[in-house]
Amino acid sequence: MNDILITNGRVIDPSSGRDELCDLAIKDGFIAGATRKPARAKEVIDAAGKIVCPGLIDLHVHCREPGHEEEETIATASASAIAGGFSTILAMPNTHPPQDDETTVLYVLHQAARAGGANVLPVGCLTKKREGNELAEMGMMYKAGAVAFSDDGDGVASTSVMQRALQYASMIGAPILQHCQDPDLFTGVMNSGAVAVRLGLGGIAASGEEIMLRRDLELVARTSARYHVMHVSSAGSVELIRAAKRDGLRVTAEATAHHLLLTDAACTSFDPNYKMNPPLRRASDVDALRAGVADGTIDCLASDHAPHSNEEKDLEFAVAPFGIISLECALGLYVKALVETKLMDWPGLIARMTCGPAAVIRRPIGRISPGDIADVTIIDPKKRWTVNVGKFASKSRNCPYDGWRLKGRAVVTIVGGNVRFRL
Amino acid sequence: MAKKASSSSPSHSGAFVWTRKDIVGLDELSAREIVHILDTAESFKEVSTRSIKKVPALRGKVVALLFFEDSTRTRMSFELAASRLSADTILFSSRGSSVAKGETTLDTARNIEAMGVDVLVIRHKQPGAPHMLARKLRTPVISAGDGPHEHPTQALLDIFTIRQKLGRIEGLKVAIVGDIAHSRVARSNIIGLRKLGAEVTVIGPPTLVPSAIAAMGCRISHNLDDVLGEVDVINMLRIQFERFGSNQFPSLREYSRLYGLNAERVAMCKKNLLVMHPGPINRGVEITSEIADGPNSCILQQVTNGLAIRMAALYLVSQGKE
Repeated sequence: MNDILITNGRVIDPSSGRDELCDLAIKDGFIAGATRKPARAKEVIDAAGKIVCPGLIDLHVHCREPGHEEEETIATASASAIAGGFSTILAMPNTHPPQDDETTVLYVLHQAARAGGANVLPVGCLTKKREGNELAEMGMMYKAGAVAFSDDGDGVASTSVMQRALQYASMIGAPILQHCQDPDLFTGVMNSGAVAVRLGLGGIAASGEEIMLRRDLELVARTSARYHVMHVSSAGSVELIRAAKRDGLRVTAEATAHHLLLTDAACTSFDPNYKMNPPLRRASDVDALRAGVADGTIDCLASDHAPHSNEEKDLEFAVAPFGIISLECALGLYVKALVETKLMDWPGLIARMTCGPAAVIRRPIGRISPGDIADVTIIDPKKRWTVNVGKFASKSRNCPYDGWRLKGRAVVTIVGGNVRFRL
Repeated sequence: MAKKASSSSPSHSGAFVWTRKDIVGLDELSAREIVHILDTAESFKEVSTRSIKKVPALRGKVVALLFFEDSTRTRMSFELAASRLSADTILFSSRGSSVAKGETTLDTARNIEAMGVDVLVIRHKQPGAPHMLARKLRTPVISAGDGPHEHPTQALLDIFTIRQKLGRIEGLKVAIVGDIAHSRVARSNIIGLRKLGAEVTVIGPPTLVPSAIAAMGCRISHNLDDVLGEVDVINMLRIQFERFGSNQFPSLREYSRLYGLNAERVAMCKKNLLVMHPGPINRGVEITSEIADGPNSCILQQVTNGLAIRMAALYLVSQGKE
């Protein structure tokens, strides 16, 4: 007998092209079948009017553990993830100490197992201590369970180090996730342009992102490495990635909800919840990013969930740290940016949150054909709800979307055949 | 959370009622509000000419001066302005910046507010610091300058001086010369002058004049001599010596040659040109002594007028609170 039977839902599995009304059966932690024939199960979940899809994947989450457990822990990040419909998140390595060796990678996996929420897959540092000088032990970290490598928070400044990193990572087969930003041009706190000039705040020009991206693409073209562009923020970057894909380079990319919804005009309030890195840019960048996600230039959506304590965010804009949290409302935000604008349909959106990110890290997740791991999310696409940051499972509250009215929310999150979240 | 400041609006009788809690920048103010501050300052100007230079308008009130950044003249001007209104003043001055370690700006301000003050005057090196305090505190906040963002009372006293000397603002051509990128005086002047209908040209090298400043409604020029003939007012900004170390300009003498105001250049201007400078002056760098002390200069009148403007600002926000 099946463990769980999800009935009458619209089953959308972009990896197999399935989009039909049927039942989904789960047994022993795996998908047992997608069928319209009556079946029996220990638990039946009625999904009439709902979407049943592979568990959502977020490639970009800062869990803050070890080192800043007052802001977030692996357990609270994991709880936030399942509350947002995510069955898998990637844990960024800019922790204290940084995840730059086998031990720290194993620690993250250990804490994730204890938490019992979403799957938390560690990202290892690309260079030791994230200093950008010496390659970290990628081979050992990969064997321990790291799925990708990155110095996120900083781009790899040295061209030779980046070249070596791409060469070495190609042996392992794991992708390098790059935070494209030339450190030499990183002199501000918000997007450079008319708003920054008016506010007297230092600007971060899109050219700082595009220059590093251009350099990296030159290097990628000369290796067989797999290269992933994190939180793409500018129209110029979208165009560079589009051209690189046309040229056959092994390049993937992600976009965040905030870059798809907000512009630098929001910084006029001096509210540090609009301070991110890369910064919010112009409306034309938002349009280009949305088009890039819709046409597949950008493979996946990622939150860049970056928790910070109120003490850290209750400061002057220029002094406050970069980053916001959004795991728990991310799905509704993507719907607002991409589905409500009619740029994408539900299967397209779900592809960017399931098989898209799964392909970046080459894991057998983000799909629900019979025999696949039973990571499943049930979404109520019609559910209207108001973001209440005070109720987040996250430890932090630095979120600009408090009070936003959204449509679409995950109502059940199943991880490995176990119901981990139910709204 | 402090009550949201409502904007002032003319009443039906035509008389103007000030309702704004804070003055943190000219960006927030309407043209009508700016003119109202100027007019209020006009009525306070006379106080400084009396033998007993004091009015009881703010008797029993406390003005706290929070200076998180060094300042001499602006602080003294606010202190004296408060004193002429019969208010008591307390001073907090700290060169330390607000960082994660130590007391935050907000905590410092909350502590001082808890002592029972009626107006907070704040100078801070971070853009938006006065706005943050205005949002989070019940007490009225006046900005005495926030980093490169705004310096509202300086621009108000500049505009006041122009109006006094030339009788109007609308239609005038005003040039602001120098380090526009890092100047709060430039920003507040551009905003205020544009709201009152003046044309503004900002002048300096491209490294000190961001092209995006055009979005504030001003023209940009990199050649001072091109615009001299047409301007009614020229406001020479102080050049900060540290800009030369960071490749924003090669040398003082080159700066002086290209953008310094001297007798030769003034000779190319209209006869009744008004020469302004927010001070402190680098004599011989952005302006020669001959011009700074000459007949076209109104630099010291600016300082005198600053007092009346700050009295008006202190008076208005204290009234608005009632």
